[in-house]
Amino acid sequence: MAKIEVSKKALTVNPLKVSQAMGAALAFLGLDRSLPLMHGAQGCTAFGKVFFVRHFREPIPLQTTAMDQVSTIMGADENIKEALRALSDKSKPDIIGLVTTGLSETQGTDIRRAVREFRAAHPEFACVAVVPANTPDTIGCLESGYALAVESLIETLVPESGSAGKRAKQVNVLASAMLTPGDIEAIKEWIEAFGLRPVVVPDIGDSLDGHLTGAEYSALTIGGTPRSEIEIMGESCATLVIGPSLHKAADILKARTGVPDYRFAGLMGLDDCDAFTQALANISGKPVPGKIERHRTQLQDAMVDCHFMIGFARVALAADPDLLGMQARFLTGMGAEIVGAVSPAKAESLAASPVAKIVVGDLEDLEIEARANGAQLVIASSHAAGTARRLGLPLLRAGFPQYDLVGGYARTWTGYRGTRQALFDLANLIQGQHHEPEPYRSLYRSEACGQDRVAPATAGLVQ
Amino acid sequence: MKASEIQALLDEPACSHNTKEKSGCARPAPGATAGGCSFDGAQIVLLPIADVAHIVHGPIACAGSSWDNRGTRSSGIALYRIGMTTDLSETDVVMGRGEKRLFLAIKQAIDSYAPAAVFVYNTCVPALIGDDLDAVCKAASGRWGTPVVPVDAAGFYGTKNLGNRLAGEAMFKHVIGTREPAPAAPRADGLPTYDVNLIGEYNIAGEFWHVAPLFDELGLRILCTLSGDARFRHVQTMHRAKANMVVCAKALLNVARKMHERFGIPFFEGSFYGVQDVSGALRDFARLIGDPDLVARTEAIIAREEARSDAALEPWRGRLEGKRALLYTGGVKSWSVVSALQDLGMKVVATGTRKSTEEDKARIRELMGDETTMIDDGSPKALLSAYHEYRADILIAGGRNLYTALKARIPFLDINQEREFGYAGYTGMVELARQLALSMESPVWEAVRKPAPWVK
Repeated sequence: MAKIEVSKKALTVNPLKVSQAMGAALAFLGLDRSLPLMHGAQGCTAFGKVFFVRHFREPIPLQTTAMDQVSTIMGADENIKEALRALSDKSKPDIIGLVTTGLSETQGTDIRRAVREFRAAHPEFACVAVVPANTPDTIGCLESGYALAVESLIETLVPESGSAGKRAKQVNVLASAMLTPGDIEAIKEWIEAFGLRPVVVPDIGDSLDGHLTGAEYSALTIGGTPRSEIEIMGESCATLVIGPSLHKAADILKARTGVPDYRFAGLMGLDDCDAFTQALANISGKPVPGKIERHRTQLQDAMVDCHFMIGFARVALAADPDLLGMQARFLTGMGAEIVGAVSPAKAESLAASPVAKIVVGDLEDLEIEARANGAQLVIASSHAAGTARRLGLPLLRAGFPQYDLVGGYARTWTGYRGTRQALFDLANLIQGQHHEPEPYRSLYRSEACGQDRVAPATAGLVQ
Repeated sequence: MKASEIQALLDEPACSHNTKEKSGCARPAPGATAGGCSFDGAQIVLLPIADVAHIVHGPIACAGSSWDNRGTRSSGIALYRIGMTTDLSETDVVMGRGEKRLFLAIKQAIDSYAPAAVFVYNTCVPALIGDDLDAVCKAASGRWGTPVVPVDAAGFYGTKNLGNRLAGEAMFKHVIGTREPAPAAPRADGLPTYDVNLIGEYNIAGEFWHVAPLFDELGLRILCTLSGDARFRHVQTMHRAKANMVVCAKALLNVARKMHERFGIPFFEGSFYGVQDVSGALRDFARLIGDPDLVARTEAIIAREEARSDAALEPWRGRLEGKRALLYTGGVKSWSVVSALQDLGMKVVATGTRKSTEEDKARIRELMGDETTMIDDGSPKALLSAYHEYRADILIAGGRNLYTALKARIPFLDINQEREFGYAGYTGMVELARQLALSMESPVWEAVRKPAPWVK
């Protein structure tokens, strides 16, 4: 059980936190032919766009209601309606994710009313689904904003029904913000190996995996969960919920559809993976495929190989709560110790993490904890590159954003194979830090210093 | 910030945009707007001042998605890369604790990092609830003896461009003229030293370091660059320059104009992109300073550098000769980069002019002839169709169009803010040539354009 300690500083230094609106936008980027629309000043969107472009190395569709001085004071409902109209007319999206920002929340916007008024005024755009999400940036973090968007998505697009199990091979997957496109791809293959058909919501594995398409340009997402699939989630035989941040979304889905759910805190490490595999075997009624058994034994092999390096390793870890929990369980399961843990926001799930103390704070807090407790390795986003440099420690990049590592967005952490690769990378980073003792020269040894040195390799080149 | 003050800033008499019927920038259209806000613009201008603690006053969104994302470089202290924000919580906003939190945040920044000064950036939420930034900064400055400068450029005030001006205004109002520069030590070669400023040069990817040695050689001491590789104390002494150069943008004209009015410092607009422009900038400095010996020495250096650069570019010219570029960038760069590309023997088939003035357009016609195509629509779709229509070989634009090009499988060169390579100065041209060739000559284009063998 972790003790949660909220940082008391007035100034946040080297922020770890990313706003809720960004998280909600990310969730909508995982839907097909979708477009997130931020209700705020144009900067919220411009910054958000650059942030995701740098992380995913992809064009990111993101629009703004462009609140200015007049609409900020006099009311900005017209901006919402005009933006919805313009986007419906020009890009004909299947889904617009309407996300609030600190500015519109402080102003006191009622986005649901604005959407109703838009509906009444423009029946011709009835085919465009609008999913509203209230995501002030004065609370929460990326992960909680993402979860709020998923909750609203289910409330808006999944009809209340009693047809659970009508599609016996279809399973829903509610995928938390901690999962990368690579993770989602791996999870889909895992499920398909049992003859099941996954409906992943949201599916950034299909939209932000980085692939070239035939079309040169799209104003909307080029992949992700299709709206038609979201609408039939009520007919699935089971829902797999990955990440504690989505428990509320799972409750909503279950209440609306009656589809039974299975909840997983994460999918890293042998125990996590075994629980998921067992659930898939139960749901499908099929034995575990030989290939998966093989991957499991490969992971076991890597665990014994790597325990020398990872055992007792002192790790400083900063991430949103779901990712923090998953990594902490995985690392402590290998015998490592989390000597500094920082989360950008509070979450119920934090208390269950196998860490003595979690600071709700920033990367400066992480730096202080890591230095005080003699950390050997930092796990955090690219924003911690400076932190790690000042500490003189290696950084394993995880979470958002990763702008100084090509392919970081696509990395697979989850599953037997993803975990195995994480073990290799961790072991190598720690091994690279290993310092052997300084040579001791006995006073009884007669060679003068340097006399028994091997000649440098370049010696032969000297003319 | 009052609406009337914003209006006054939008009405910049020295700006050639201002002669037409509409002044400044149009109001943004909901659902059809790209580009940053005023806060973004203010940060672009001031963040490169390296020894200042830059505090973003507001909830997390503003700093959280933007800190440490600039390509600007410092030759020493790098305090500007430490992200700082008051990270206002729901309670702070509801209970009106923003000002108190800011006051304590300033103290914390001073205690932990001993900055030369603290800049406090206002953002939408505190601007809306009415936090008195000026009063807090004044009180903090008085209490702790470190200069604390309010930068009131909340996002909803307007565009990035307005934010640039608001930032310039803040420097003019609170910083410039608050300290006297130390006299320059006499030079070993006995030449005189003249003090100058660069306004609107951000040392992206360290590119100004290509140019800086020439200033030293000529005896031009750069009192301050606003703001690439600058220090707070440099900004304080800007009023003592003999000449100002406004680099590559209209946005900070207000600073140059006001320094002209208040301190009598003449200024010119110029750029460091392309051989002709670098030479032009050096000539303009010599002309404004008015020392005939400096003029002669400048000409000598220009002749030497142009010859050197010509020789260095020779191997690249053969490879770039006749290649066709589609250029989409703002304002001054719409023509300054044209001349750089022409120096390399390339043909610019069309250039974007959405943010250019009539004066800029006249320069383009002068450089490219009357049949020049000017593109006003910068949407990805329009750019791609222009690319195909004019059979271009490469798209040269800002970072936001990078993936527009790559997704369409076409070569690209990033010319704006976020790029990782410096193209300024005579030597920067070689890097420009290299990057152009690197993308255009890459074997990947053919590989990714051909269909899979099983596709019939």
